Amino acid sequence: MNGDLVLDVRDLHTHFFLRRGVVKAVDGVSFSLRRGEVLGLVGESGCGKSVTALSLLRLLPKPAARTVKGEIVLDGEDILPKSDREMRQIRGRKIAMILQDPQTSLNPVFTVGDQIREALAKYFQGPPGSIMARAIDVLRRVKVAAPEQRIHQYPHQMSGGMKQRVVGAIAISCEPQVMIADEPTTSLDVTIQLQYLRLLKELQEATDMALLFITHDFGVVAKMCDRVAVMYAGRIVESGTVRQVFDKPAHPYTQALIASVPRMKAQVGRLHTIEGQPPEFSNLPPGCRFAPRCALADERCHATYPAQFTVGEGHTADCWRLEETA
Amino acid sequence: MRNMPWTSLGIIAAMLFMAVFAPVLTDHSPIDQSLAKKLLPPVWEEGGSTKYLLGTDIFGRDVLTRLFYGARVSMIVTAMALLVGGGVGLLLGIVSGYVGGRVDTLLMRLVDAALAFPTILFALLLAVTMGQGLRTIVIAISLLLWARFARVVRGEVLAVKQRDFIALARVHGCSPARIMMVHVLPNVLNTFMVLLTLHVGVVIVAEASLSFLGAGVPPPTPSWGLMVAEGRGKISSAWWLSIIPGIAITLVVLAFNLFGDWLRDRLDPKLRQL
Repeated sequence: MNGDLVLDVRDLHTHFFLRRGVVKAVDGVSFSLRRGEVLGLVGESGCGKSVTALSLLRLLPKPAARTVKGEIVLDGEDILPKSDREMRQIRGRKIAMILQDPQTSLNPVFTVGDQIREALAKYFQGPPGSIMARAIDVLRRVKVAAPEQRIHQYPHQMSGGMKQRVVGAIAISCEPQVMIADEPTTSLDVTIQLQYLRLLKELQEATDMALLFITHDFGVVAKMCDRVAVMYAGRIVESGTVRQVFDKPAHPYTQALIASVPRMKAQVGRLHTIEGQPPEFSNLPPGCRFAPRCALADERCHATYPAQFTVGEGHTADCWRLEETA
Repeated sequence: MRNMPWTSLGIIAAMLFMAVFAPVLTDHSPIDQSLAKKLLPPVWEEGGSTKYLLGTDIFGRDVLTRLFYGARVSMIVTAMALLVGGGVGLLLGIVSGYVGGRVDTLLMRLVDAALAFPTILFALLLAVTMGQGLRTIVIAISLLLWARFARVVRGEVLAVKQRDFIALARVHGCSPARIMMVHVLPNVLNTFMVLLTLHVGVVIVAEASLSFLGAGVPPPTPSWGLMVAEGRGKISSAWWLSIIPGIAITLVVLAFNLFGDWLRDRLDPKLRQL
């Protein structure tokens, strides 16, 4: 762990208030990010990963969703009490985001140059020429070939991978301290995925920004991340360094997830799956949320949510079975 | 360009030409009466005169001249009504779609109300309270138009709003006003342009109907709808009084609608044939 804390999320609760009841999409999530660190947030679809990301930006769908409890300390300041106007200053400058689909991430009616310059102009004063030069420079940093020509092109003239690079260029243009990447490679061609991940990693190392990497791909986590947090039904059930979590997964859910990843070398048999379905958010079990699907669950697991136990240095998991060993 | 609707463009150009150069194209006055020459038939009918190509009306005014000047009225009313009604509709549609929630509900119920209220009745009311004139007619037609524009634009905005670049603009700290103007507006302009052309016909017909009913442009100013109305009583003896302006209305509306259809096909990438 190097550097200082840039993002510290404590006990975050984001709920959706719907007509049919309250959906606790994020229910007590805590994690932190240091400068130059990459944290992978892993979990299956609908476990609250993206809602967590939107909570950090305070861009939740209004009026249904609200962060009801917790603290989000970004660069030493809690951003939850901030006004919309203040948030606009923070977004882009301190925290930026890359989304899944590059096809819709760019405005089709403007050239990519216009869009990068729009992002830049908000934070850098200067004559149009210098902003243009800076925009070309940003494109060069995301390894777009011939940026002087590309900058005058429209999004439809570019490939998906190229567009996603432009999205990356816009995200890094104002040198944010924290970048959120919400499954940035899912809609890219497989051959481009690795290329893009490498680029992202390089940029992250070069700028020393903190990266919150949201994915459901354990393989990508192993390549990209320093630490990993596993989310299940609105809570982080296990977190630790990538090595710790991969070598000694402590939570049965993490163990099951890792076991589910198909291996090239292993004998080809039936793929491992986790029995059952994730719980309904509106009808969460009172105890451990994974208990209904967990082979090792006992009465206590069904009755009360487990406390957090430390498994190793910086490695924690929420599971009663760890009580004896801890 | 291939498949340009040349016929439509020709008719539209002819109408604009007539409207702009009305005083140059004819020596006759559209207003001055001369009872001695009343109800002359068009030139190809028996008793027609080459001085009055399309005949004269019950006050002895040249029908062709009145058609030229009437094009002027139609053009002004159309331009004004589309500017006011279309502009307001575009703006409210964007706000309604983008802001959503209560604002959206309120605006859309207003649209419902505006669409439910009969325009003709409203125009008659306005004509009674404000007096006849261009202003009244523009306001009356705008009140019909804004609702139609707002509804369609809102639908389009709802689709654009879901696209990721809007979310990323917010992530980048754009204000809602800026997102609406810079990111949403240009993306609904295509739709807006098509709506404009498709509504030219609607406005011309509305203006003609209102003038026909006496709620529009006051006589003696020539307006196509008014000309149809004035000739109505003489339809059996002097058919040209109503039929000729009627044909003019039909042709121009048809031309604009065909042009609008063509424009929609051109601007919609899903329908465009490459």
